[in-house]
Amino acid sequence: MTTPETLNGPADKDAAATAVSGTAAEAPADAVRLTGISKTYGSFTAVHPLDLTVPAGSFFALLGASGCGKTTTLRMIAGLEDPSSGSVRLGGADVTALPPYKRPVNTVFQNYALFPHLDVFENVAFGLRRRGIKSVKKQVAEMLDLVQLGALARRKPHQLSGGQQQRVAVARALINQPQVLLLDEPLGALDLKLRRQMQLELKRIQTEVGITFIHVTHDQEEAMTMADTVAVMNAGRVEQMGAPADLYENPASTFVANFLGTSNLIETEVLGADGDTLTLGAAGERLTLPAARCRPDVTAGGRVLAGVRPEKITLAHADDADAIPAGRNQVRGTIVDSSFIGVSTQFVIDSPVCPELEVFVPNVERDGRLLPGAPVVLHWNPEHTFGLDAAQDIDAGTDTDTDAESGTASAGGGAA
Amino acid sequence: MSAATAPVAGPAPLPDPAAPAPLPAALKKAARRRRAVPYLLLLAGVAWLLVFFVAPMVYQASTSVQTGSLDEGFKVTWHFSTYWDAFDAYWPQFVKSLVYSGIATVLCLGIGYPLAYTIAFRAGRWRNLVLILVIAPFFTSFLIRTLAWETILADESPLVHFLNTIHLLDVTSALGITEGDRVMATPLAVVCGLTYNFLPFMILPLYTSLERVDGRLHEAAGDLYATPFTTFRKVTFPLSMPGVVAGTLLTFIPASGDYINAELLGSTNQKMIGSVIQSQFLRVLDYPTAAALSFILMAVILAIVMVYVRRAGTEELV
Repeated sequence: MTTPETLNGPADKDAAATAVSGTAAEAPADAVRLTGISKTYGSFTAVHPLDLTVPAGSFFALLGASGCGKTTTLRMIAGLEDPSSGSVRLGGADVTALPPYKRPVNTVFQNYALFPHLDVFENVAFGLRRRGIKSVKKQVAEMLDLVQLGALARRKPHQLSGGQQQRVAVARALINQPQVLLLDEPLGALDLKLRRQMQLELKRIQTEVGITFIHVTHDQEEAMTMADTVAVMNAGRVEQMGAPADLYENPASTFVANFLGTSNLIETEVLGADGDTLTLGAAGERLTLPAARCRPDVTAGGRVLAGVRPEKITLAHADDADAIPAGRNQVRGTIVDSSFIGVSTQFVIDSPVCPELEVFVPNVERDGRLLPGAPVVLHWNPEHTFGLDAAQDIDAGTDTDTDAESGTASAGGGAA
Repeated sequence: MSAATAPVAGPAPLPDPAAPAPLPAALKKAARRRRAVPYLLLLAGVAWLLVFFVAPMVYQASTSVQTGSLDEGFKVTWHFSTYWDAFDAYWPQFVKSLVYSGIATVLCLGIGYPLAYTIAFRAGRWRNLVLILVIAPFFTSFLIRTLAWETILADESPLVHFLNTIHLLDVTSALGITEGDRVMATPLAVVCGLTYNFLPFMILPLYTSLERVDGRLHEAAGDLYATPFTTFRKVTFPLSMPGVVAGTLLTFIPASGDYINAELLGSTNQKMIGSVIQSQFLRVLDYPTAAALSFILMAVILAIVMVYVRRAGTEELV
């Protein structure tokens, strides 16, 4: 269980991708610094002016649904796309005007883009040879060992499986010891099992070589598993940036709350603000929200979205309502649906405060009374409640690809 | 279709797996019919080749070892020395043919590659229009196109006048590819005609192979420190090699046997081997020599092509 101490307050509120230019003086510590960078195609804005700082040696993920501008951002770092405004700095040096072949970054492309006429060895040696290095044999052999492809050095790309091609692409980029390695959805073409395996392998390689990785993905689970820092992008903007567990526990917007795992968002009215806690009301129920976990500044009478993750909620049959400890947030409802998925059972609850509340109950001691139609009480530690600005679209980020909700839930919970 | 559906209509009872039942007759018949299909499909093509390729070849081969005259009739006397005599008499024309068509092929490659590259990677929405323009000359006949070059290169034409004004023809004449202030009836005119007439045969295969090169490979090469020129040298060009080989063969082979360009744009000094064969067949009526020359030309081209394809195919590309 997460303790309140590990839940940082909204101190990270402004960490959401707002590296102010005033701090540019201490640039050398940062592998990449984007300042006011944007990209427009005609009247379409792919990337709104954004500031982004990636610390050296980190595994950084740009996460978002397709078309959110994450790949465009990556391509601007690589130099494959000219920004419409702003600047790109790599390790303190301004490279905005440099062509790709003069930038100390390398890319692992989405479809790998291996040279079909060259064998694995020559593909990997390509970057070294272009920089005039003559004796590449030892380096290439070492790199192929790192990605466990030593035996296949003389194969052509089309003779390799998807996973092997992917590793060649990684080796081909890494051998140049770039300041930053850019990965553009590198695992997108692999099947689920191989993807998991490659996630761990990439993480291992990153730890081993210590190079800064910037990883673009639409798979929130992948981003959370691999990255130290995740920037969630939506419609050409960075919505929030932070450590995976931090993003999961303290989403700053409804998009992040819904896109990373799932959240129950309840529309409430602020009944009273009492120092550290806010009292919220919704359909006759009263909820407590620590003031520190409420994003917007609200006063009594204002509106706020109270959020809670499905796995934080405990489900009790209405008959046992008296046994619920005092001081917990409680909501009444009726079970609409339940689905057993192994590690947990997912319940959908119809409640006066929200017609579709989700609850994940670990399958430890199953209560036989918890069947569709049963009256229940949902209760949770108020510390797990977060408050979001009620002016946002409550459904933002829900209709995007979230293929592994349960996995996310356990990953997020475990990391905290 | 009927061959495929026949087995389905076959026996209903399941055969005993331990003792495989003999194939029912209907099934056997269907299998036989299925095996026959590829041969049936080949029939028309094979017949065509037999009648219009193999038979004339055999006929010409026999002609080349005949002796006699048109009046007395030709007889097969296994007179192989015709080959040597023909080669001995006309080797300069062989050399000229290969040199002219070789130069024309190189020029076609030089002109065609940048064009094909531009169409494949840069033309955008103009791509189809430019391709049509490349093919457009085919709407007129080969002969008429070559006759047009007679006008373009005529002594009194503006082009030749201009070339004389800038004294370029002095240079080319010194190099021996033109004569005096003329372009017509010089090697330059023949090579110009050949280049023009065979250019589309170069551009189209080049375009096809370049168009298949994934543009993302250019990005990948750039990302791996290759300048645009290195990217071309190490990625684009090697990947377009099939088009280069196909284009040069499609240009060189017909160009080296061509006689229209030499006849219309050249003089007797620029006779190519095609002209010789043509006049041996149709004017001198010395069929054995003409046939022998044809076979020598074929053998020479075959040898050159084999050496070329082997080299281009196995060349270390990095």
